[in-house]
Order: sequence, then structure tokens, then C-alpha cells
Amino acid sequence: MRDSACSTADGVSRRRFIGYLLAGPTLIAAAQLHVSEARAAIPTIQPIDLFDLSDLLNLAAAATSSLIKVVVGSDGTVSFELPRAEVGQGLTTAVAMTIADELGVALDAVQVSLSDARPELEFNQLTGGSNSLHSIFTPVRMAAASARTQLVSTASRRFGVPSGLLSLADGLVTGPGVSATIGSLTGDAAVISDRRIQAELKPAAQLALVGTAQPRIDAHDIVTGRKVFAMDLNIPGALPTMVCRPPTINGTARTILNRTVVENLPGVTDVAIIPYTPYVPGGVAVRAQTFGQCIDAIEALRVDWGPGTVDGKSDASVLADLHKREELMTPQLPGTKSIEQLFTFYFRPGDPLETNCAVADVTDRNATVWSSLKSPVVAQEQLARDLGLPNSAVTVHVTQGGGSFGRHLFSDAAFEAAAISQKLGKPVKLMWARTDNFRQGRVHPMCTSRIRISYAGSNVIAFDQRHTSVATDFSHGFGEIITAFAATIPGADSGGYANTIFTLTQNVPYNFGLVTQALGEIYTYDSFNTSSVRNIYSPDVVTATELMTDQIAAVLGQDPYSFRRAFVRDPRMLAVLEKLAEVGNWGRPMPAGTAQGIAIHNEYKGRCACLVEIDCRPATVRRTIASGFTGPRVTKVVVVVDVGMPINTLGLQAQMMGGAMDGIAQVLSYSLHLQDGHYLEGSWDNAYYTRQWNTPGEVEVIVMPATTNEPGGAGELGVSPAMAATACAYARATGTLPTSFPINHNQPLGFTPYPTMPPIPQSPVDGLKNLGKPTAPPVS
Amino acid sequence: MPNHTFILNGKRVHVDCEDNVRLLWVIRDLLGVTGPKYGCGLDVCRACTSFLNGKSFNPCSVPVSKISSHDKITTIEGLPATVGRALHPMQQAWLDYDVAQCGFCQPGQIMNAVALVEKIHAEGREVRESDLDQIRNICRCGTYFRIREAIMAGAAAMGKPAHHHHHTKKHARS
Repeated sequence: MRDSACSTADGVSRRRFIGYLLAGPTLIAAAQLHVSEARAAIPTIQPIDLFDLSDLLNLAAAATSSLIKVVVGSDGTVSFELPRAEVGQGLTTAVAMTIADELGVALDAVQVSLSDARPELEFNQLTGGSNSLHSIFTPVRMAAASARTQLVSTASRRFGVPSGLLSLADGLVTGPGVSATIGSLTGDAAVISDRRIQAELKPAAQLALVGTAQPRIDAHDIVTGRKVFAMDLNIPGALPTMVCRPPTINGTARTILNRTVVENLPGVTDVAIIPYTPYVPGGVAVRAQTFGQCIDAIEALRVDWGPGTVDGKSDASVLADLHKREELMTPQLPGTKSIEQLFTFYFRPGDPLETNCAVADVTDRNATVWSSLKSPVVAQEQLARDLGLPNSAVTVHVTQGGGSFGRHLFSDAAFEAAAISQKLGKPVKLMWARTDNFRQGRVHPMCTSRIRISYAGSNVIAFDQRHTSVATDFSHGFGEIITAFAATIPGADSGGYANTIFTLTQNVPYNFGLVTQALGEIYTYDSFNTSSVRNIYSPDVVTATELMTDQIAAVLGQDPYSFRRAFVRDPRMLAVLEKLAEVGNWGRPMPAGTAQGIAIHNEYKGRCACLVEIDCRPATVRRTIASGFTGPRVTKVVVVVDVGMPINTLGLQAQMMGGAMDGIAQVLSYSLHLQDGHYLEGSWDNAYYTRQWNTPGEVEVIVMPATTNEPGGAGELGVSPAMAATACAYARATGTLPTSFPINHNQPLGFTPYPTMPPIPQSPVDGLKNLGKPTAPPVS
Repeated sequence: MPNHTFILNGKRVHVDCEDNVRLLWVIRDLLGVTGPKYGCGLDVCRACTSFLNGKSFNPCSVPVSKISSHDKITTIEGLPATVGRALHPMQQAWLDYDVAQCGFCQPGQIMNAVALVEKIHAEGREVRESDLDQIRNICRCGTYFRIREAIMAGAAAMGKPAHHHHHTKKHARS
């Protein structure tokens, strides 16, 4: 859209734009993104101030989003195909609210579905970097406003009443003595050929739903078991399929030693080797009438396995490699004193509760896949390459996802399902076992962060951070965006994707003088399977930063809150911090062994601060839960968040609450132990994500009123400050600075690891021992 | 192949399959009832929690051969019918507190919550925070706090604890 009005400073004309009406039997209104004006800003020490990852992704989306369409049905419903993934983050609800508000219909009249992969959308179909709402908010409003404008002018013609006297609210166009439902108008409002329409966004003051608390639009389907995930689809002939995976990470199956035995097991239809590639994890695929019989086949398989990609590596050897790679600190400024500390963050699982899965039906001529994909256009291109089919012969349906946390930026389940379907010549419903997700899934990369804070008198003179990490794999679409737009990014250099993303996301929210933050990476993408697990670098970078902020505050004789308040460098952050201290009752007297911690974070155009209260007293730490990890307990979490412009406050509160549970887990309990090329964890009772016995009894999330006119990202924003605040609270409660995370990682293992072969444990048979015992530990 | 029959959500079902196939797969793969989810297959995550004759269990860990012809299996889809309403009070509480995020674990969470409250009420006492601490269901989105709020509200809506033993009430306050 060429929207010259948008570049003016006048508030009214900024709302006016040219939208589109597309040919169809009922009204189809469309809009595309406004191409950003060239930015004249010169990058400073911290590029994020002017141009961050959100801007990069928006710029990438700007060119090709002409097909964001709102369709008005004759039954008065308004439908919209969202070119993004819904994985629990509440995007469909926020988008439905935006459409309902701008168009003038009830929220429940809006139906939002997930768009198939659409190659013409190029970069504009990537769900990541907490960027979705930020990038799609205005185009969605434009499409809805175009529809409203056409409906009103159709009513105007029908009734002979000037448009200015008509209004559209609650699905009804009304005026002096006249009234019509949008369902009765949509036929006449339809056009027979595409054309432009001048329309105007509603003034912000007229948006009634935006900024309110609305429950999820799919909540009823969820609580009744009707929400459909990939494995709930009923695709004809797509029988349950699983893969017997190697004993070490990314190993390859050489030979099946007992193929006939396994092929003859009850229910089994197919057994086939699927070789490892950087796109297809692979192993020995088994297809059967039920997933239970796939598991039986995996238990029975005897396979000659080739080596994996990280055989022999363990926590200690990776740590040694990280130390070798660490970037040098700048020389310390003369006349300053300093404090310095190195922090270690072990591998953490990155997979959601719904295990990796996809349905695929591949024939000689075409391929169709169904999966929760955040980068479906890249997936479609890769599928076409892998399968030897033209792009146009590959259909990619995006299903609702059972969580993601960045995992579904990778489409390996879809690639693997397609490879199996092609090899067998049959449709397959591929599901990973839970143990596979822990042992062969994608993980948050192990990393270290060294921080040195230099000070003189009562002032901080310099802050230096050297972050060193196992490479975070960006080969899912971010990489292509950065390559394509590298020339337009202030501060981007030839350091590769990772350095660009590090520069565009990381910052220190304090006036700490000369700040340097640098990233060093080890290993290639195809060694460990990594991903941006709910925030890329920030949780670890911020945790290290905030722990050291408490340390320097102590050196300078200041309280953690007063120190932050004095050094914070941004008025929005200051407002958030002050609100947090007030609501969280910072500094209240607490018993020995318990303490508060606070931390702040700036990312995705948002500001977020968290206060945590923790109980580290022996009676709490030594609580026993069978097959569970207890440890210190966070008893209270308060989050204050300024996302710029809040759309759905109830959804934002949910995202902050969930982020806080991740932060708690990452400090106290949740990690993977790497030993001889494989991870020891194999179930949720091994990898200790937050459980009810770790959950705080008090959680409060304050969403600040709008501070800007665009919604910032929220899906990941809450993790970093919660993780950092938990670590700070632990340090204050125990008087000990924690330096490796999670804090229980180097304690004796609390579980007996499952064997590596067979690669997944068999399901129990004595589950009825727990009949009527809803809190009993698992039967063996 | 052996034939198995039982009552699933109020309807008699018949299925031919091997005895050892866990009930979860019989329900999902062969009978097409997909409310109960797979999250581990190890009796750990509790995403498949359902009822057998009104009592909670995890069908991922029970071979179909252990289910007899007169057994009544209830999944999330059949929960409202157990109270003769469009929604069970616990489902309504889940809506009232907007508990769900991705929703994958929620069928199991709700079934487990109903079982927990019924068990505690049958003991003649109210649900306590310490009871909620014992719940094992995984929610990887981390909506645990809203789950706690909803269970308390759902428990209140499910009625009063049984009072047939005088001493149990005293116990409830201990």
C-alpha cells in the first residue's frame, strides 16, 4: 500500500489509508503493511535503542503482506486466516479482538483460523521473536476498517442515507430510522473485481475491546476436549508412526538386525531406516495400527547404530570448549576498581508438552503435511527440495500447537514425517515419544556469561559482558531474513546471524558508562540440536547482569531497588520499576532464609520488571515429593509489564505468569545432563520443570496502561526478569552468589536414567494401582 | 484378534485389538476420541487422565485387557454428562479463570482436578493449598497459578464436603 498520509505528522490523516476490496461472493477486504520510512537514525553503543529485532522482523514483513484478508459471511460472521502460528500465546484471541473492535462486531462473531503456508508471503509468515502482534496489528486493523467502510457505504446506497449518518456496531449498521445486519449487507458489499478503497482507522479512543481483559476464544473448545491438535486429525490412511532413535545425539541407523521379527509384530505395517540429515533426525521408522504397537516395535528393534554428532561430549568437555572460546575483555580502565564473575548455564530442554509431531501424505506427484509450524514458508521450500517436488506441489497446513517456546520455528517433525511417507509410499501420523523430545529434541544451548563491572567512587564506569554459547541454530528463517536485510540493519556486521541477533536483542538497562557486550559461539548448527528456547540469549544474559547489579549495589552500600532506581536509563523502565516496588512491597521485613529479589528487562519494545520472594529454609528445601524435586520455593511473584500498547490484558497476564514459571525452573531445577553424547533425562520426573509443588501461592501481574501506539512482544518478555529475580532472591536468602544454573544441576542426580537402548521406556501396565489416587506418584 | 467392549462416555464400544495395547491408544487411535492427550506414556505427565467407573486413572498405563465389558470409561468429552449439565462446574471454573494457554494438558488437568476435589470432599473436608501442591499434572505453559485458583472455585461450585463423620470435620481444620 502506498500510504502517503502515514508519513504526515497530522493525527487524523495518519489514520487514513488505501485498503483493498477483493472479488468474491461476499465482502472480502484486505490490506498490506505500510512500508517503513527509511530510518535516518545513527546507531549508538546500544543499537537496540533505535532498531531492535522487532524492527528487523517488521521490515522483513513489510513488503509482502498484501493478502491479509477479512471475509464477512452472510451469517454475520467475520473470518480471518492468520498467517502466524497459535501455540498458546493467545494471538488468535488478540487478533479477533482487534478485528471485532475495528470492524464493529461482537468478539464471538470473529473466527480466526491459521493460514496454510503461502509462499507469496515470504518473510511475513514467521512466528518468532515475540513479534507477531507487533507486525500484524495495524494491517489487521486496516483490513477490518476497509470492510467497515464498504459495509457502511453499501448501507448508505441501500437506504439513501449519507454514510456520515450511519455507524457500525455489534454487527449492525444503524442510522436515522434504518438498520441492517452486516450479514444482510455483505452480498451487496462484495465486488466483482479487485479494487482500492479509501478507509480510515478508528481513533484510539473508540477502540472498546483493545486494552481490556478477554478470555481466549478457544477456551470452550479446550475445556471440552474439542480443540484439535495435529495428532487429533483424522487423515485417511495416516497410521500411527514413531521412530526408534539412536543411543547418542543425531546417530544414524546402519542396519536393522531383526527386521522380520519386528515386521511381524501385531499391528505393525512398515519398518524402514530413515537416515539422519541436518533436516531429518531419523532412525528406524515403524508404522502400526496404534502408537502403542509402535512403542512395542521400538522396544523389540535391534539396530546397528552409527556414531552421532557429539559422541563422547559431556557437560565438562563442553564447558571446557566454552572457556577456550570466550572473547577477551577490554583492558580495565586505569584508576577503577572492578568486580568480576563467570556464570554457567547448562543445557535446558526446549520442547513443549505436545511432543514433536506431524501428519504427512506424500505421493509421486504431491505432498501434504499438517503440523504446528512457525516458519511454514521455509518448511514448504525445504520439503520441496527434500522430496524432489515443485514448491507448488507441496501443501503445508499449520495446525494448532500444544506449546512451542520457539521449538516450532524448526519444522523437523514435518520433514521427518514427509521423508517417512515418501519412503513407505503411505500416509503417516508421526509422533515423537516424550523421551525422544528430551534426548533428541532441541535444547537451549549451554553457555557461560562473564561480567566485569568497573567503578570509581560511587559511580559505575564500565560494564563488560562476554557471553559464550553453544551455537543457537537460526537456520529456520531468521537467518534468511537477516541475509536479505543485512544492509538495512544499523550495527549489523559480518559476524553472522548470531552476532546480529545478539546485538539487536541484548542491552543493559542501566547507566553503566561504557558498555560492551559480545558473543562467542562454539560448534556448528548440526552438532547439538539447539533452538531459541523462549527467548534467545536474554534469560542468561539478564540473570548474570542482575546478579552482578546486586553485587555492585552491595559494594557501593546501596539497596538493590534504590540502586536500580538511580541507575535505570529509561523513563518507561523507571515507571515499571517504581510500580513494582510499590505493588510488591519491596523491602518488607522477612524471616532469615527467605528474601525478595528484583530484576528488570527491556526487549521487544516492552519493559518488564519482576519481584520474587523465595523460601530457602531447610524445612522448605527438604520437603519430599515422591519422584519430584522440591528445593527452595518461590512463594510470591509480582510482575509489572509495559508492552507499549496492551491488547488483551488477560492474555498478557497469562504470558507473564507462564514466563515466570520458566524463570523459576531455569534457576532452581530445570536442565539436561549431557553424558557421553546423550542427555540423561527422559521424562518430566527427570527434567524438573516447575510443578505445582514449586508453584508460588501468590502471583500478581500488573499490565501498565498504554505508553505507545503499538503492541510490543510479550511471549518471551517475562522469562528473563523472572529468572533473574529468582536468582537474586536466592542469593539474598542464602547469602551465597549462585554461579551455575540451575542450582541443583551439580547435585547428585535425583533419578535413575532410563537406558539409551531401547531408546524409549515401555509404558507401564499396572496403572490401575493408581485408580482413584489423583496425586499418587507414577506406577513403575 | 481379541475383541474388547466397554462403555465409553455413555456408549457401548467394541474394538478388535491385542490385549496389551494401552487403553489410551484404543481410545485415541482406534475409537477416535482425542480429548485424552499423550504427554509421556509413563504415568508421569497426567495429560491423559480419565475416569474408570468414576475414579481417576491414566489410560496410557493400563492395557485394554484390564478393562471389562461392564466398565465405564469417561474422558473429558463425557465429563459434563456426569453432572447432567452442558459443562461440569470445574470446566466452568476453567473458563471463569481463563486457565488454558495452549490447552494441550487441560483435559487431563480438569479430570484430575475433579477427581481430587471429589476425593477430598468424600473425606469430609475442604480443599487446602497443600492439596494443590500434590498435583502432578505438567503444564509446560506454566499456568499453574490459574489452575490453583480454578480448582478452588470449582471445588466450591461442586458442593460441600460430606459430613457423615463428625470427627472428619475436626480433622479438616488440623
